[in-house]
Amino acid sequence: MTSNIVEIDNLSFGYKGRMLHQGINMAFPRGKVIAIMGGSGSGKTTLLRLIGGQIKPSKGQVRVDGKVVHHQDRTGIYQLRRKMGMLFQHGALFTDLSVFENVAFPIREHTNLPESMIHDVVLMKLNAVGLRGAHKLMPTELSGGMARRVALARAIALDPAILMYDEPFAGLDPISMSVICDLIRTLNDALGATSIVVTHDVEETFSFADYVYFVANGVVAAEGTPDDLRNSDLPFVHQFVYGEKDGPVPFHYAAGDYAQDLLGFEG
Amino acid sequence: MIKSVLLVGVVRVLRNIGHQVTRGIWRLGAGARLFMLTMIYSGESFRRFRMIVREIYFTGVMSLIIILVSGFFVGMVLGLQGYNTLQKYGSSDAIGVLVALSLVRELGPVVTALLFAGRAGTAITAEIGLMKATEQLSAMEMMAVSPIARVIAPRFWAGVIAMPLLAALFSMVGILGGYLVAVPLIGVDEGAFWSQMQANVDWQTDIVNGVIKSVVFGVACTMIALFEGYDAPPTAEGVSHATTRTVVTSSLAVLGLDFILTSFMINV
Repeated sequence: MTSNIVEIDNLSFGYKGRMLHQGINMAFPRGKVIAIMGGSGSGKTTLLRLIGGQIKPSKGQVRVDGKVVHHQDRTGIYQLRRKMGMLFQHGALFTDLSVFENVAFPIREHTNLPESMIHDVVLMKLNAVGLRGAHKLMPTELSGGMARRVALARAIALDPAILMYDEPFAGLDPISMSVICDLIRTLNDALGATSIVVTHDVEETFSFADYVYFVANGVVAAEGTPDDLRNSDLPFVHQFVYGEKDGPVPFHYAAGDYAQDLLGFEG
Repeated sequence: MIKSVLLVGVVRVLRNIGHQVTRGIWRLGAGARLFMLTMIYSGESFRRFRMIVREIYFTGVMSLIIILVSGFFVGMVLGLQGYNTLQKYGSSDAIGVLVALSLVRELGPVVTALLFAGRAGTAITAEIGLMKATEQLSAMEMMAVSPIARVIAPRFWAGVIAMPLLAALFSMVGILGGYLVAVPLIGVDEGAFWSQMQANVDWQTDIVNGVIKSVVFGVACTMIALFEGYDAPPTAEGVSHATTRTVVTSSLAVLGLDFILTSFMINV
């Protein structure tokens, strides 16, 4: 058993002739909460899809529990995925199933547990995210924060070893945000899992993460503990952590000469 | 100058045509691949037949009203039109055969399939397209559950089972409509209406062939609807285009297949 449950080695990925990642190296030690941060469009979510084997890297490899993900056949990938739980950006709850049935879904698909036991497991998982009382509701009756908590309960239904979060804070109010923050840490420690959190919310992430990777321009631009990064003098990290408007990441999208653009109008 | 502009235009047109053709072939291949995968995963859905029954309710039972009402009106119109023509030749007694044959051989399967594409096909495309847009299919994949086994295959078999049943109901109600117009309204002899129908509708060449058509249309319409949804770009615009394409492609496929099947079934 290696000490890192997920390892990314010299990974490159691109499509339509554009390289999104160029030689990324990351390690995710067991039991830790690791954040992957970076601006919108820097390919953070794609990294999660690469770990989950939904897409194949152009170069390099991703190893989960010692196995190279893209060398697995379908059965192998499905076996690896059973060790993973993923929280999608907007929850991705099945809209035709109730909250209870959503959480029960992976249990019904992968086990032959009797109905009474499924009932107990589902209520325990919902209790862990504080929504046991909402088990009869339909996903459309939930607020954004609640939907994400239900999705979290579904992601932990089979006690995964790896928990992946895709932008868990996007579009949440401050209360829901701190609830999710708290859950990420407590669930990780309670399950003895490893959490990978893809996000761009600096303050929330720094409050619970053990280690942070910054992704920019297809490479790991910086890495370290939250304290290391707060004190980093790398211009990009400084701009990102303190949310400055202009810096290495420019305010303007690449464009030609301003005056030329205005004067060159030809109808 | 004009020459070069013309040349650029021609090149653009040619390039567009080429692009459309390769795209069409690519989509045909992708559709065939989805069909094969659906077949491979069908065993899994048949083992959990309740999922298929649930989908039959949504595609079949929920389409009943439009199918029954349309069948009834089509039958009544056939009664009126048929009588109008047949009486010129003094053979208005044959109205029962005319109504029954038109419905069982052609209108039943074809009109049902067209209505099915509009009612159930669009619903399937929109549902699957939105499941994709809201990452529900991705979530399923990440839970190590195949969306093809869990979402596509049950809907496919539900459509294939529902279509012939709907077509049969369409023909039945249509014959009832034709009967109401011909017998109580116009006054054609009731005995002649039914006995001529019984004597001249053949089990093999009329009814079985009609059922074969409706099964083929069921496969085509459902598969097109499923593929369009599964292939739709995950945006509002993508899903809306896919829904439109479902209706257009299904309708054309049904009419084209109808000609091909009929030409095999009728020995000229």
